[in-house]
Amino acid sequence: MITIDVDKAFCKGCNLCITVCPRDVLSVSRERGAAGFLVPEATKPEACTGCLMCELICPDFAIVVNGKQGRLQPQSEGR
Amino acid sequence: MHPLAEKYLRKSALPQFFCQGCGDGTIVTALMRAIDDLGIIDQVAFASGIGCCAWIPVFVNADCIHAMHGRAIPVATGLKLTDPSRKVVVFAGDGDCMGIGGNHLIHAARRNIDMTVVMVNNAIYGMTGGQTAPTTPHHATTKTTPIGNAEFPFDACEVAKAAGATYVARWTTAHPAQITRALKEAINHKGFAFIEVLSQCPTQTGRLIYGSGDPVEAFNTIKNMAVTKAQAARMTPEELVGKVIVGKLHQVEGRAELCDEVQALMSQKGEGLSSDARLVS
Repeated sequence: MITIDVDKAFCKGCNLCITVCPRDVLSVSRERGAAGFLVPEATKPEACTGCLMCELICPDFAIVVNGKQGRLQPQSEGR
Repeated sequence: MHPLAEKYLRKSALPQFFCQGCGDGTIVTALMRAIDDLGIIDQVAFASGIGCCAWIPVFVNADCIHAMHGRAIPVATGLKLTDPSRKVVVFAGDGDCMGIGGNHLIHAARRNIDMTVVMVNNAIYGMTGGQTAPTTPHHATTKTTPIGNAEFPFDACEVAKAAGATYVARWTTAHPAQITRALKEAINHKGFAFIEVLSQCPTQTGRLIYGSGDPVEAFNTIKNMAVTKAQAARMTPEELVGKVIVGKLHQVEGRAELCDEVQALMSQKGEGLSSDARLVS
């Protein structure tokens, strides 16, 4: 089951994730992040295919798609 | 935050301070994925100039020189010559790279020095408030051209290719997976690699040139400009107005590279130098 987390401390409410999602999984919520912007939420997580376009586009490293761990496995040791 | 940010970014610098919806943040994400896929966090060395996009590599927890405006490439040249084993990647804006730094770009390309230069192109001098740059479109309105830009913009990829770059690619921030792929190809390429990334700037380019500071509109403007070579071949000249060709535009392998040439000459001619002498002691 895919779940999508939005880091409210980082999200600036730019809505790019909502724009690039090919399945309309995300939409603007009524909650505000740390910076005061309205943050997105996954209103249709069952429609998510795990394409990760939201993760790739997010300028603030604020969105994580859980349940696609194969894609996120570290390729090497980080610092 | 995203696990890649946990792994690769300087936590003390977060949250990142780019404007809402700025394409620079997307490029940081694409860069992290390229570094992760290649496993080069310890080999990579960054240099950047001045401007918003010059902060892209600073967020990465790796060696980075934040140099003067337009001077990232000569600093990177010195860095590479002292330690050719480093994977050197330069981030410069369009004003930094084609304006004040234009001379350094053409010579680095001529030398075919093994490094990657990423020119983040928002078609304006953004950090200073929105002045016309060498890449600003004809007739665009900016703070310095309120009645419209009389000049025509550079095609930076053509300039780099003509000067001798052996890998040239152009993408936009609407193509993040392709940016990662181009970064990996460019870093693995032996020689001078130039990647132009068209990036939305809602605050300056969006408001001044395209009439909207909305991040989504600025993003869609950039995305709709992009056409591949194959698509462009099927379009009429009228349809191609305002379009930009994206993709890998040029790649040549096997051309002589600067560090190799210097090393070979030193080995041949240097008296008393051992065959594994470093370029600079």
